[in-house]
Amino acid sequence: MTGALALESAVELTVNGMERCLAGDPQRTLLDALREGLGLRATRFGCGEGLCGACTVIVDGRAITACNTPLWSTAGKTVTTLEGLGDSANPHPLQQAFIDEAAMQCGYCVSGIIMAAAALLAANPDATPADMRAALENNLCRCGAHNRMLRAIERAAVVLKGHSAS
Amino acid sequence: MSDVALPRNLAANPILGHWIGFESDGMVRLSPGKVEIGQGILTALAQIAADELDVALSRIRLVPADTANSPNEEVTSGSLSVQDSGVAIRYAAAQVRSLMLDAAARQMDVPRALFVVVDGLIRGPGNRATSYWDLAAQVSLDCAAEVGFSPKAAIDRHIAGRSVGRIDIPGRVFGTRPYINDMTLPGMRHGRVMRPHRPGATLSGLDETTFQKKFPGVLLVRNGSFLGVVADSEHKAEAAVSRLATLSSWIGGAQMPDSDALPDWLKTQPHADTVVEQRGNFTPKGRQRYARSYAKPFIAHASIGPSTAIAQWRDGKLEVTSHTQGVFNLQRDLALVLGLSGEAVRVTHAEGAGCYGHNGADDVALDAALLARAAGCPVRVQWSRADELTQAPFGAAMRMDLEAELSEDGRILCWEHTLTSNGHVARPGRSASPALLAAFSLDPPSPRFEAGDPPLSAGGGAQRNSVPLYDIPNILIRQRRVLSTPIRTSSLRSLGAFGNIFAIESFMDELAAATGVDALAFRLRHLADKRGRAVLETAAGMAGWGQVPCPEGRGRGLAFARYKNTSGYCAVVAEVDVEHEPRVTELWIAVDVGEVINPDGAINQVEGGALQSVSWTLKEEVRFSRDALDCGSWSTYPILRFSEVPVVSVQLIARPEEPPLGAGECAQGPTAAAIANAVHAALGIRIRQTPITRQRIIEELAAQ
Repeated sequence: MTGALALESAVELTVNGMERCLAGDPQRTLLDALREGLGLRATRFGCGEGLCGACTVIVDGRAITACNTPLWSTAGKTVTTLEGLGDSANPHPLQQAFIDEAAMQCGYCVSGIIMAAAALLAANPDATPADMRAALENNLCRCGAHNRMLRAIERAAVVLKGHSAS
Repeated sequence: MSDVALPRNLAANPILGHWIGFESDGMVRLSPGKVEIGQGILTALAQIAADELDVALSRIRLVPADTANSPNEEVTSGSLSVQDSGVAIRYAAAQVRSLMLDAAARQMDVPRALFVVVDGLIRGPGNRATSYWDLAAQVSLDCAAEVGFSPKAAIDRHIAGRSVGRIDIPGRVFGTRPYINDMTLPGMRHGRVMRPHRPGATLSGLDETTFQKKFPGVLLVRNGSFLGVVADSEHKAEAAVSRLATLSSWIGGAQMPDSDALPDWLKTQPHADTVVEQRGNFTPKGRQRYARSYAKPFIAHASIGPSTAIAQWRDGKLEVTSHTQGVFNLQRDLALVLGLSGEAVRVTHAEGAGCYGHNGADDVALDAALLARAAGCPVRVQWSRADELTQAPFGAAMRMDLEAELSEDGRILCWEHTLTSNGHVARPGRSASPALLAAFSLDPPSPRFEAGDPPLSAGGGAQRNSVPLYDIPNILIRQRRVLSTPIRTSSLRSLGAFGNIFAIESFMDELAAATGVDALAFRLRHLADKRGRAVLETAAGMAGWGQVPCPEGRGRGLAFARYKNTSGYCAVVAEVDVEHEPRVTELWIAVDVGEVINPDGAINQVEGGALQSVSWTLKEEVRFSRDALDCGSWSTYPILRFSEVPVVSVQLIARPEEPPLGAGECAQGPTAAAIANAVHAALGIRIRQTPITRQRIIEELAAQ
């Protein structure tokens, strides 16, 4: 891209709890900035049109598709990717539940699905299975692991409610 | 497996050390030629090796397939990985274990029968012990496999046969196990290829001056009608290639058939005829004769992650990282196109998104190799979504014309099936001419590679599962292979089995209805095969077939097949809601895949195959105009969504003494037919063409 808006100006935002300053074209997608700018490659390219959900991340509490979100629109906002959710030493209940339920086949869509589910459960700890399906309506899985993923999300929801109750 | 012959893949790759090694850090190296494509094969193979060697599963370190080091197990396809690679590994491991016990016996001068192996530790009488790793220096595995080393009996297996967590899953949920799309090399640049909308079109004009003015620093690569760019960033490469669309002009190319008239179009194309199977004395007796025609359209692989490759040239040799299903096959075709010897091309496997057959993985590897050669640096090419949905080969369209005659007492006397389809297999590495997409556009171009069909004895292509498993005295199966099609096709999960089983099992329902016999009873009447009967009866029992009434507005259907007639048995009962757009509400599936290595993994594969089939059967169809494919986005090629996913239950029938069979492709055909049969049960109309949509149902109702 060229033109006035593409003047090289840095975008400041918080990614996985760290303040970041991303130089370069602010018109490029958030996905490109995360993957190429910050090396956070767990957020995946699937379609570039916001139609498959493989690139879902959480921005200020909302699940959005990073592939069609311009970087400049996230200035000053808080972004969470799969890497920021948890790790093997300290897994998020959703990550643990996806392991326990073997909730995938190829797993390419899983990062986006876990992030969409994480946004749902953070906003609505009492989400029903119907809410869960609805929250994943824009996430595609080609392998047919949908039911396992839904079971994993239900399992994680129980764990998360236990955490908040204790 | 008898002990007079080695398993096929071990006989072809007999050096034990190519499969198994003991590493200095206490791990066991396992190097299969098969690759992970989301089916969990690595875990199953590790289970088999760990069991046979008596080591913990966590000690197995899997090495990705690589033309430089791995056994050549050809292509990971056809639900053959457990039965071919798994059995080879089992026999190789049995011999390795035996060689190690012999060495321990020699070293300690103790009869080998007195040793036990516990997690690789070889314990003898008293406190005397050694280990695989202690002995590794003295026992060379650079020797050939031999017959006579029997693996453990089924009852002695402790790891294979149990559900274990897939070894690749933790890395996927934490984002630490990269896909090929996530990999980089030092100095790597990003490539993209511009392809015409019309397949086979030729590049007739290119405004290079404007391009170079707009994109300084972006390398433009042209070779014949192959047109690509290489840029420092993916973002820039993408912008450059989309601009190329307006700076290039194209002429010629294929004319597409009418998407709405494929069954008729198939029938009018030049074709080669063969008889797939003929048995019995085929003379029609003039009894009640039934004839029905079925069809399926072109279907896309539609991987969620676009095909990607990284290529690098060093000293005239090419190194490619690819999610291909067959590293050696890709190596062969790359060498063919680039005029290199096989040794000058190294292909290393890296995991990609699920492929479901021959998608764009191999094609993009040639794209990367060509662009890297021009750029003089490592180049990564990731296809766009539109490329993935329009440029990768498709599953072929098929037409199935079935006829049958029934006896007075309601038995099928004769059965004819005329199958019309273009070829289903155009994989690389099997022919004198390359099968990789870019090769058809280079200067000079390779001839466009037409898909063929392997013989039925090798699994078949279009004709896979065209022969019904039922006991029918007179059978004639004809295949009309359409010689050419403008729409490029190659292996899509289950190949012809999906269409053939959809037709056979729909027709069985129609014949059952014609005789007034229940669909389950009619099938059992024609099926002596005990394992086939068992899956049918199990699935029917799970669904309460004939006992549990179906809710209002819904119907239930049943179908059955044995995949390839030699692999997994599967029966499916589907419940379909037809109030609005047809929706599958529940599936009950019974499967017999012989010995099961990882039951949870097998269930996952069966359910996944069934759900993909629900998507194919209700939603999927490649659409095109006269001059372009119109399926380049998820909006024009929709697939099953979370809101449309049925409840699924899968029951495995345990057969630990039987040879292991694949699970990933047995459910597709039966699921499709069970859905069609359920629609018929609900509405009394028969949809003989997929996708089964509300539109088709309305048209059929109107025609009644």
